[in-house]
Amino acid sequence: MKLLKNISAVALAFGLATSAFAEDPTKVGFVYVGPIGDFGWSYEHDQGRLAIEEAFGDKVETTFAESVPEGADAERVITQMALSGHDLIFTTSFGYMDPTVNVAEKFPDVKFEHATGFKRADNVSTYSGRFYEGRSVIGHIAGHMTKSNVIGYIASYPIPEVIRGINSAYLAAKAVNPDVELKIVWVFTWFDPAKEADAAKALIEQGADILMQHTDSPAAMTIAEEEGIFAFGQASDMKQFGPKARLSSIIDDWAPYYIARTQAVMDGTWESMDTWDGIAPGMVVIGDYSDDVPEDVQASANAIKEGIAAGTLHSFTGPINKQDGTPWLAAGETPDDGVLATMDFYVEGIEGEIPQ
Amino acid sequence: MDWASLSIVGMLASLVAASTPILLAALGETVVERAGVLNLGVEGMMISGAVIGFIGAVSTGNIVFGFLCGAVGGAALASIFALLSQYFLTNHVATGLALTLFGLGFSAMIGQPYVGKKPPPISDLSLPYLSDIPALGRILFSHDAVVYVSLALTFCVWYFLRRTKTGLILRAVGENHDAAHGLGYRVVRIRVLAILFGGAMAGLGGAYLSLARVPQWTEGMTAGAGWIALAIVVFASWRPERVLLGAYLFGGITILQLNLQAAGMTLNPAYLSMAPYLMTIIVLVLISRQGKQQNSHAPAALGRIFYAPR
Amino acid sequence: MITLVKRPEPSKLAGVFAPVVALLVTFIACAILFAILDRDPWEALRVLFWDPLFDETMASFTRPQLLVKAAPIILIALGLSFGFQAGIWNIGAEGQYIMGAIAATSVGLVCYGTSFPYIFLLMGLAGIAGGVAWAMIPALLRVRFGANEILVSLMLVYVAIQFLAAMVTGPMKSPTAMGFPETRSFRDFPPAFNGELISNTGLHWGVVAALLTAIAAHAIQKHHLFGFQIRVLGLAPKAARLSGIEPTRMVVLCLALSGGLAGLAGFYEASGPTAKLTTDFPSGYGFTAIIVAFLGRLNPIGIVFAGLVLALTIIGGELAQLMLNIPAAAVLVIQGMLLFFLLAADVLVRYRFVLHPVGVG
Repeated sequence: MKLLKNISAVALAFGLATSAFAEDPTKVGFVYVGPIGDFGWSYEHDQGRLAIEEAFGDKVETTFAESVPEGADAERVITQMALSGHDLIFTTSFGYMDPTVNVAEKFPDVKFEHATGFKRADNVSTYSGRFYEGRSVIGHIAGHMTKSNVIGYIASYPIPEVIRGINSAYLAAKAVNPDVELKIVWVFTWFDPAKEADAAKALIEQGADILMQHTDSPAAMTIAEEEGIFAFGQASDMKQFGPKARLSSIIDDWAPYYIARTQAVMDGTWESMDTWDGIAPGMVVIGDYSDDVPEDVQASANAIKEGIAAGTLHSFTGPINKQDGTPWLAAGETPDDGVLATMDFYVEGIEGEIPQ
Repeated sequence: MDWASLSIVGMLASLVAASTPILLAALGETVVERAGVLNLGVEGMMISGAVIGFIGAVSTGNIVFGFLCGAVGGAALASIFALLSQYFLTNHVATGLALTLFGLGFSAMIGQPYVGKKPPPISDLSLPYLSDIPALGRILFSHDAVVYVSLALTFCVWYFLRRTKTGLILRAVGENHDAAHGLGYRVVRIRVLAILFGGAMAGLGGAYLSLARVPQWTEGMTAGAGWIALAIVVFASWRPERVLLGAYLFGGITILQLNLQAAGMTLNPAYLSMAPYLMTIIVLVLISRQGKQQNSHAPAALGRIFYAPR
Repeated sequence: MITLVKRPEPSKLAGVFAPVVALLVTFIACAILFAILDRDPWEALRVLFWDPLFDETMASFTRPQLLVKAAPIILIALGLSFGFQAGIWNIGAEGQYIMGAIAATSVGLVCYGTSFPYIFLLMGLAGIAGGVAWAMIPALLRVRFGANEILVSLMLVYVAIQFLAAMVTGPMKSPTAMGFPETRSFRDFPPAFNGELISNTGLHWGVVAALLTAIAAHAIQKHHLFGFQIRVLGLAPKAARLSGIEPTRMVVLCLALSGGLAGLAGFYEASGPTAKLTTDFPSGYGFTAIIVAFLGRLNPIGIVFAGLVLALTIIGGELAQLMLNIPAAAVLVIQGMLLFFLLAADVLVRYRFVLHPVGVG
């Protein structure tokens, strides 16, 4: 009981401190699942952290803990962050969901932001990017550019996020190239450069001349460069890993959101909410097209990007059947976010099965 | 699934690339263990070799220099192990595990500024004429130089252990250090040299990862390759020729399972990913069974601490 | 010239002072490292080693957390210490830990929502059974075919990791997890939840079990015949055989013991701190425990201390990241150095340094 008192006293003290002394810097903490040098997921979150420092200068103090395992360790690290006087804490991996909610319960005055999750509380917001929108654009380019009509896809774990990306990319490619085929390798890891490289080679062996990935390391990009085929950057631009291979990229740009939320805490206007932003607000950014993408393809890709941004186009617009042929969306119909968030099936035309 | 789309030639070619890092590291560890030292720090030495080799290659633009740096880096880490295990008489298992921890952290620290850099390209030797032979040409004669070096090293290690006097002494030290000491051999010196050689080989294997197989540096990129190398040494019952077989078998099954998936095999990939490990166990059981009469046991002094009373 | 001379008996005094010397050397090495990283060495040392224990705002939280973090590692290390003394090398405790967690969780999931009275107990038994079963594979392969247990147990770690992935993406996937690969949370099912015993400390049954097991292990190693037998087997295998110790039986017993305790640790972890299984459940405790077992000199009381010291570096390392932006990699380097120095200092327990004037010795 004494501890509980201590914790609430500390939390209270810091809560008061931030409002009473305006010149006290706002303390923002980040918990990363990988090393900040992964050049993918955690790297981009850390770029967002640096953007906060840039934007607010002396008015903020940011800290981070990297390579924090999901589960019990995360709960301890987040608690330590809350205890050490952070005002706002971003936890940037799905596996931090329960730990974040548990800690948030004990620190009502600290604000928490959990990426890619679905559990919220008065002091816990959730946020994520509509990366499937970006997949529509790169799928479109891939459909145009493939000569073998085989696109290779390196997938991590069979979660809705990944399945959504596969479906979105496939639909966009199929729309411009009816003969296109998607070959998928599930590597069951987010980050294992050697395994990702081997998977890339296996897909190339199977005739793929364009690679997409939903894993975190730039290994596939370097293999594509070596083998003289094309690929797309994932999470970060990855241009330096495949100057010739890279056609474009889907970049996670967390900076605008992170700056806005930090500002909200400073202004005292922070509220719990669920954000799922796509291309329009700039959370999902399409990297520059390489010179290998023909002008007309660039133009049509831009049209898709702008259509999605304007809301006139949706990555999943009916008629779409599920893989087994049962109708999913009627002509012109688009799914609501609830359906998208729990997607656990392939659309018609994709071969293979989702592992289960 | 589409069996016809599986390209045996292509798989065999990528098998070699996937197997070379573990082959190099396992060869080095074979010599170490034959000398009676159990160094479980292969993962740490590999990743240090990967980063130091990468730094060497990137800062000079010379890939050969990079590989040399990788070997030196691995040996440098191994020297910590040699100092502790041979002079401070620490337990081999614990020291090796600590070395792995240290290597993972150390490599991440010094590699920080090199994340995202591009190493100079490694060119395939593509032996003239030979590499044009259909199928065989691609499987056998169109790899980078390090692959051929690793094969040559396999032969050298075999020759050294089996056919040279020094090799015989090294094995004697590994079987019974007290007797070897009694005969006047410098047990500690031989072991230190073996440990350094093992480190250099692990470092070379690591450098192959960061310079050739996945030409980039990322933290933690060995992702367990060092542990596989250790397993292969035991699997090979401490014989270099079997190390080659083991490394290629292991690499082969890994490549096969990814290709099976790409070709449309619909089993949960998690089960397919178990295959290399299960196969290793099965083959080990088969070897151990028929090897009961033969000489397939571990070096008798493996992991035992040597202390020479004055 | 300096040489080592073996002591007739391990020195008690050195046994106490060796770790202290090692810690001091570690502090110096850390200070140098921090200076290189451009951090104030004093402050960094304080955050790493002092704050988790004595800081006003932190310590009341981090002190019990040391026990929580160390508990599974200690539990596994205690089990391993028996086999290691007998020269039986189970280095696959990580796999047994995972399989124990899977077995325990599946029992919990089968009973999910029912009001069956002994769920928690059953889960614990299943955890032990899962760990023992997984350890029996290397045991039987060694006994029956002479297959090396180091390799088999290590390979089975990777098999267990993949099996876990198959389970949480397949049959054990929670219907309420929105398609994410994880099992149901035992937080929502109190009879199967290994919750806090004292509120806000995080202390759970696993901590109690680890400490009780340490006492039991101490008693067995000191006073029971089994403890004597494993030592004989480890020191003189031939003599052991002559005196009627059956090596086969010892292999099976030692692996069962270490597998069972690893499985038990998996059960406590999966029902309490994580409360569910995900693909990220494996956390390397099985490997860390090997280091802890040796740091503790295979002695149960030593293992408890070694586990706590390691937990201190982990938690202190996290604080150092948060407070001083010290990279996670530096913390690994520090842990590695601490282990090196602790291991090296142990030489003083069994040997003493003798200085010989050059030319005389």
